[in-house]
Amino acid sequence: MKDDISFEKAMTDLEKIADELEKDDLDLDTSVKKFEEGMELSKKCNEMLKNAEKKITILIDGEEKDFVAKED
Amino acid sequence: MDINPITVEELNKYIKNKIDSDEYLNNVYVKGEISNFKLHYTGHMYFTLKDEKSLIKCVMFKSYTGYLNFMPKDGMKVCVLGSVSVFERDGVYQIYVKAIKQDGIGSLYEEYEKLKAKLESEGLFAESHKKKIPMFPKTIGVLTSSTGAVIRDIINVSTRRNPNVRIRLIPVPVQGAGAEKEIAEGIEKMNKEKLADVLIIGRGGGSLEDLWPFNEELLARAIYESEIPIISAVGHETDFTIADFVADLRAPTPSAAAELAVPNISDVKYTIDLYNNRLKTALKKKVQLMQLRYEKCMTRRVFKEPLQKINEKYILIDNLVKNINTFITNKLNNARMSLSKNVTKLDALSPMKTIARGYAITEKDGKIIKKIEDLNIGDSINIRYIDGVAKANVTEK
Repeated sequence: MKDDISFEKAMTDLEKIADELEKDDLDLDTSVKKFEEGMELSKKCNEMLKNAEKKITILIDGEEKDFVAKED
Repeated sequence: MDINPITVEELNKYIKNKIDSDEYLNNVYVKGEISNFKLHYTGHMYFTLKDEKSLIKCVMFKSYTGYLNFMPKDGMKVCVLGSVSVFERDGVYQIYVKAIKQDGIGSLYEEYEKLKAKLESEGLFAESHKKKIPMFPKTIGVLTSSTGAVIRDIINVSTRRNPNVRIRLIPVPVQGAGAEKEIAEGIEKMNKEKLADVLIIGRGGGSLEDLWPFNEELLARAIYESEIPIISAVGHETDFTIADFVADLRAPTPSAAAELAVPNISDVKYTIDLYNNRLKTALKKKVQLMQLRYEKCMTRRVFKEPLQKINEKYILIDNLVKNINTFITNKLNNARMSLSKNVTKLDALSPMKTIARGYAITEKDGKIIKKIEDLNIGDSINIRYIDGVAKANVTEK
């Protein structure tokens, strides 16, 4: 998946589409299009959540290493 | 006078005991100005504390000087904490100093207020400059000590909210001289190399001096310049540093900062599901509505009995045909009647009828003779009777 759309944007768009779709003034064709668009966006959002990369690193002198918490 | 004298040593010992047993003198907090400061090679410090009217000797042993976060010098206004005791050998009383605080706490506070006012007037705290914390940052950049509770709290809270969160720590000192410079450099590095989507700078609570790096102008400007949104988590609930005012968001504690930076993934998932359901329900409703409209439309007569209109036309045509038939028949009958009437009339006028009654018709050369003058003697004529023609000659007239 490309990162060309931010999570915020995707969520905002998703909300907008839900609002639009809930109004009665859309014709069926447009509604179906909006619905598909919305489903695509929600899929994207979910993927973005899944694709977050778990990693805790420490950056010392430009070198990145896994971070292990030490006691004081 | 026959009183036994006591020794100097005994006197000094007596005085020392007197003084040492005085609770008040055991714990004094004195302010004054340092003079005659000497740092002995053994590590002990000797100086005099004075004000306009008086002075007192002070000594601070090496075991305590290690805790000083500044080097005392002549002319410095300080508060010293210690006990008063007697140095028996010299017969002097002095303060055995345990801690020194620059009497600058007052002035430190003033400095803080001054810098705060200055930066505020420059717009460094302006709400309009505050950047929005991203809703779902991929990488959380943390600037704090690599040891201690702060980074542990941040990691714990972050991973609890989102097990897949990515945290990138640049370890920096968070107290002591020069800490602000390293924190500022960390912010710059994060920005320059785009290492994070949101930054947390923080440390646990502490004294005003401990928090001081976060009150430095250098750090304040670095926070202001940062393109990555910064959450400050310096100290606890009640301690506000300059950094807190400049930061895009202030968290009361490092744990709270992590909560603000990392969305709870189950909440986010729930929100997405909610949108999903809204979409589905809305579309379903729309389709149902359309279905209803369609059905309502289809129950109208034109669709239900599509031949009706045509049948109606047929009836119309049939009627017309019937009308035409009647008309034609009438016309025919009339004609017939009129004909038979004429035939009867004609019949009545027929000469044959007259002949039948005994009359005869005279013809000459095929013409009917109506008058005698049309005949001449000797003419050959035909006399027509009902049942035949007789030939005759005119002999007389």
